[in-house]
Amino acid sequence: MNRREWLFGVVGWLATAQLARATQPAPIRVGMTPAFLHDQHALLEDWRRYLERHLGRPVEFVQRDSYRETMDLLRQDRIEFAWICDYPYIHLRRQVRLLAVPLTDGKPLYRSYLIVPSSDTTTQSIAQLRDKVFAYADPYSNTGYLVPRYQLKQLGENPENFFARTFFTLSHRGVIEAVATRVAQGGAVDSFVWDTLAKVKPEVVRRTRIVSRSAEFGSPPFVAHQRVSAREFQAMQAALLGMGADPEGRALLQRLNLDGFTAGDPANYAGVAEMMKAFGEL
Amino acid sequence: MRSLLQSFFNLSFRIKIPLWGSLLIVVSAGLVSVSLMFRAYDDLRQDLLISADSLGRTLANPLFPIMLHDQLWKAYETINAPFHGARLENPVQASALVLLDNKGRVYVASDPEEFPTLADFSTLGKDTAQVFEAARQLTGDATRSVDPGGSDRLWVVVPIQQENLRLGTLLLVYSKTVFLPRFVAIAARAAGAALLVLAILLPINWYWGRRMAVPLVQLSSRLNTAGSRLPEDIDPALYAYHDELGQLFAAVSRMITELRESERLKNEMVKDQRLAALGRLASGVAHEVNNPLAGMLTAIDTLKQRSDLDARTLKTVGLLERGLTQIRDTVRALLVEAKATGRSLTPTDIDDVRTLLHAQADKKSLRLDWRNDLGNTLPLPANLVRQVLINLLLNAIQAASPAGYVGCRIAQHNGGLRVEVRNDGARLSDEQLEHLFEPFMHTRESGHGLGLWVSYQIVQQLGGSIAAANETEHVRFTVNLPIDQAA
Repeated sequence: MNRREWLFGVVGWLATAQLARATQPAPIRVGMTPAFLHDQHALLEDWRRYLERHLGRPVEFVQRDSYRETMDLLRQDRIEFAWICDYPYIHLRRQVRLLAVPLTDGKPLYRSYLIVPSSDTTTQSIAQLRDKVFAYADPYSNTGYLVPRYQLKQLGENPENFFARTFFTLSHRGVIEAVATRVAQGGAVDSFVWDTLAKVKPEVVRRTRIVSRSAEFGSPPFVAHQRVSAREFQAMQAALLGMGADPEGRALLQRLNLDGFTAGDPANYAGVAEMMKAFGEL
Repeated sequence: MRSLLQSFFNLSFRIKIPLWGSLLIVVSAGLVSVSLMFRAYDDLRQDLLISADSLGRTLANPLFPIMLHDQLWKAYETINAPFHGARLENPVQASALVLLDNKGRVYVASDPEEFPTLADFSTLGKDTAQVFEAARQLTGDATRSVDPGGSDRLWVVVPIQQENLRLGTLLLVYSKTVFLPRFVAIAARAAGAALLVLAILLPINWYWGRRMAVPLVQLSSRLNTAGSRLPEDIDPALYAYHDELGQLFAAVSRMITELRESERLKNEMVKDQRLAALGRLASGVAHEVNNPLAGMLTAIDTLKQRSDLDARTLKTVGLLERGLTQIRDTVRALLVEAKATGRSLTPTDIDDVRTLLHAQADKKSLRLDWRNDLGNTLPLPANLVRQVLINLLLNAIQAASPAGYVGCRIAQHNGGLRVEVRNDGARLSDEQLEHLFEPFMHTRESGHGLGLWVSYQIVQQLGGSIAAANETEHVRFTVNLPIDQAA
């Protein structure tokens, strides 16, 4: 083999490698957050493969423990889609579009539960938790942060010093566990996560008691980055909304404790925006 | 109590030696077990402290940034991690982990019910103030264990500190009660081992103790009877070793033999003295009787010379004469006077006796086993030796069973003459043996019972000895006569 032949060989190999890469479509990246029980890894892997088959291209789930990190990923254009809380959705409303909304009990709505340890049988409202230790889910959680603070504000209290101590568990499940183990004497939690965990891990949930249920809010939505093409948007939306239509998708929905997905209506999120205004965030 | 102890010490060695041995074994096994148990307890505690130290240091590192960023829930998850999949019975498993801030308040604990967040740690339990004081004094990255008196908890204190910035303190709580099941398990194992040792050692000890005690007990019982009667021989197979006990055994055995020998000599002496007294009495009586008897016989002889005696008187005189003659003969027989006169003993003298008694032996179809090893003349009075020999042989022929056996052996022995006469007749009883050589001692219907007496007197006067004994098949009479070298 002379030098020229060798050079041709290398160029040819590089060309075919480049070609192969071009035929392989870029993966779709989906940010997953503690808006649902995102630590059910087997379920997530099954769901990811399901979506890969229906989209005909690789799907990557990017998991982060705080909404903040997922929001940063969206802002930095490092993910195309994300399942986030309604509160971050309003924050990011200019960067993202509503893609799909999960249905629980047939409705695209959820609430915030105020929970206390089941051993606490006296507390009837958040007002009785003054100077207690309180668990929030995430600083960008609606039901796990914004709602209880808004409730206190409505009662004329200052949420910053009403409790003796507050902390973030960075997941709704963590709030339930913190209250169940009595690290915190109260907590605010996503009704969807609480209801799902009540099925998956009843022994933990049983050690908590719901004191009050908030008004309904739009469920944590799937959002798409603004730059996502219409074709990709529609493909992804069709894949999610179509899950109820085939048996495998239905099985996954059942494991997710969902009735299905709907296209969603941005108007459902007016309540969050209102509360944010109360805190001067909008 | 004292008398109980006394009665224990009074017990026989047969019981006491194995009992003492058993007691020693039980006490040793118990002590070893107890010391092993304490050692195990110490090890357990040491293991716990090492494990706690390692766990504390491992957790203190990640806890520093967690506390720095005030991530309470992450702190809870971190200190709770050691409890995931933990086995309750693991004795080096902490019962709780508590994280304190610098003000002495609970930051978070693995057991929030007992140690609630924000609570003042010092007031939470009766041992916590002491623990907090120790935590406060602890500096650097040193860990420390605190064992408050009267508490059932052991604490290990680990500061959360990096480069002089102290954020708080990690406390590892261990319940001493979880030691208990482990300790009980160790104790049970130790007890099992001890029982096994006992099961092996106790029978050995019991066997060995009896091995020691039984000879001692026999010695003791023999020595106890020695005062009142002659003790039986001890069984030499009972203790065949040559240690102190074996020597004692041998000594006692020797002592019993000597006692028996001395008893025999004593009996012999008493018999000899009795016979000597009898002899003196007999010869005294004989002398006293002899003189008047001689006079009476002479008077009768003179009377018989007279011719004017009628038939009736003659008959009376004859009667008197025969009676007196019989008295004289008897008295003479009693009055043995061994006159060492006459010629010396030759082998022919012995053979003459055989010839003399041949007819008598033939009459009873006896087998006469004769052995005369005498080769030369001995300076012994021939007539006296012959008389003794004839007496013994006549007795033997009389005593032997019909068509039986009589043996006679004459030989020189230890520089003297030894005569042995055997017959296969009836054994002599102890009673007979005791009084055999006394006068008028009848061993059979016929005879005047003076033969052995005479023989005894002769042998005595010649300075020898005569004895009778039952052999397995025969009755044996032995005569030893010393040869007076001066003669």
